[in-house]
Amino acid sequence: MKDTPLSNCERDFLLKAIEEKKRLDGRQTYDYRNIKITFGTDYGCCFVDLGKTRVMAQVSCELVAPKETRPNEGILFFNIELSPMASPAFEPGRQSELSVKLNRQLERCFRNSKCIDTESLCVVSGEKVWQIRVDVHTLNHDGNLMDAASIAAITALCHFRRPDVSIQGEEITVYTPEERDPIPLSIYHMPISVSFSFFQQGTYLLVDPCEREERVMDGLLMIAMNKHREICSIQSSGGIMLLKEQVLRCSKIASVKVSEITELISKALENDKKARKAGERCGFAESMPQERITALKMDETPVEMKNVTEKAEDIVKKYEAPPQSVPSPLVPAPGVGQVGQGQQNSWGLEEEDGEKID
Amino acid sequence: MTHFYTKCFLIEQPDHFMIKIRVSNWQTVCKSTDISLREFGCEQNLLSRPDGSASFIQGDTSVLAGMYGPAEVKVSKEIYDRATLEVLIQPKVGLPSVRERSQEQCVRETCEASLLSFLHPRSSLTLILQVVHNDGSLLSCLLNAACMALMDAGLPMSCLFCGVTCAINSDGQIITDPTVAQEKESRAILTFAIDSTDHKVLMSSTQGSFSVYELQQCIAVCQKASEKIFLFYRDSVQRRYSKTL
Repeated sequence: MKDTPLSNCERDFLLKAIEEKKRLDGRQTYDYRNIKITFGTDYGCCFVDLGKTRVMAQVSCELVAPKETRPNEGILFFNIELSPMASPAFEPGRQSELSVKLNRQLERCFRNSKCIDTESLCVVSGEKVWQIRVDVHTLNHDGNLMDAASIAAITALCHFRRPDVSIQGEEITVYTPEERDPIPLSIYHMPISVSFSFFQQGTYLLVDPCEREERVMDGLLMIAMNKHREICSIQSSGGIMLLKEQVLRCSKIASVKVSEITELISKALENDKKARKAGERCGFAESMPQERITALKMDETPVEMKNVTEKAEDIVKKYEAPPQSVPSPLVPAPGVGQVGQGQQNSWGLEEEDGEKID
Repeated sequence: MTHFYTKCFLIEQPDHFMIKIRVSNWQTVCKSTDISLREFGCEQNLLSRPDGSASFIQGDTSVLAGMYGPAEVKVSKEIYDRATLEVLIQPKVGLPSVRERSQEQCVRETCEASLLSFLHPRSSLTLILQVVHNDGSLLSCLLNAACMALMDAGLPMSCLFCGVTCAINSDGQIITDPTVAQEKESRAILTFAIDSTDHKVLMSSTQGSFSVYELQQCIAVCQKASEKIFLFYRDSVQRRYSKTL
């Protein structure tokens, strides 16, 4: 499927509006769109809505053998799926350039910054460690997938609980969630990425570009920071040349934004923890908004079953029973199985027929 | 003689307008009566990019569907007189495997039976289904989400379809809409796609062993259950267009 191309008048309109400090949705230059974080039924599942951009992250864990170079550290694996649902331009299966870029960026942001204590994931040094796998699925692409993905990934990691393990001498016991409460991962800090888009060779700057703005931008600067004002990673793409003051200014803006977003994440995690403690069901049926006209819910309903047995008996009686005899398999020679004998050769090509063909 | 053990509790949520009464620990001793479908929920048009989108929830099983079409099709995939339907199922963890491919096949055949694809020759229709949570009856949830997404996209269909799953446990009891725990204990799981006009079976996918009589019973049960689901479709579309009609 091809994406609709951007027309020249759309492009000119957007650039002219940016020169006059106006954005399509009425935001200011440094404003983020509305961020909404919801959680799923099981631990480690989280949805992030950044305006209309929607992303889902799921964390899962598995016991595997560790890497040979690091025998007493756990393994972190990140995977961003650019689902074709998010945009008609995303093809299934093929690793596009954007997909490689986002995957690499997520890895640098989380793995290289050592935000998770991987040594605590070790069970038996050199033999068994936990592999934590984070799958991020993009559901709707309305710009700035990287920021949404980083928020979803770190929130899901904070929300996730891994099974409890106990070691007694040589024996390792992995407890199910019913036997012992699962324990959270040890996370040192929460890196969040903030994206800046540049227009007209670096003259104009916008924070959190939407999809249209991303199409007309010249370059993108992505800064991943945590709330302690430590920069975890910086990436500049698009070939624009930035001055030192511009980069410093962006990092100051990023620190403000990151502290706001970190507070939002902490609040969401707190609310979810309270709701789970109170014993409320935290499934999707609960988080579905009821006031919307496009949403509807129906409670558990019984199914009437009055005539079912009679109807079934009628149908079975009406139609013939299937043939009782089924040819059983033969084994004429070892390694050869045969079912059925086949029928007479109906081609009729025997010695008498050979004379007729002239 | 039927015996029920029920536990009812009232839940009042301050920001919702409805008071829900939920019945849990529902247990029956009698054979094939008083079976029930879990709580349903559906939301349409929740994503801005796809032409049609829907989220369908059955108990804790949740599926998100997005639909693009009719759109341009690659020359290698085009069909001269019909639209080319492509179904993609994305699991929650990991890459799609053979299991997803077989589920895609089931969903695609059901959709092709009900879509009027002759109205859009040389076009592509792409349906993407994302598994959000699997707590049993996944294939029927996929079918229901697909139908709602097709409706939301406004594609012409000759009939609507719905999916119903039932499980036969070791006692011979039939349970509709089983959870993962119930599916594990059952000896057969049957999923049927039922159409809305004649309540006939469009697609069936079964695993496990069962007799001919049990199969006919399950089909009859699923046909009865599908009436409830079609009523739900009607209610949700009626609600959606209540302001314009």
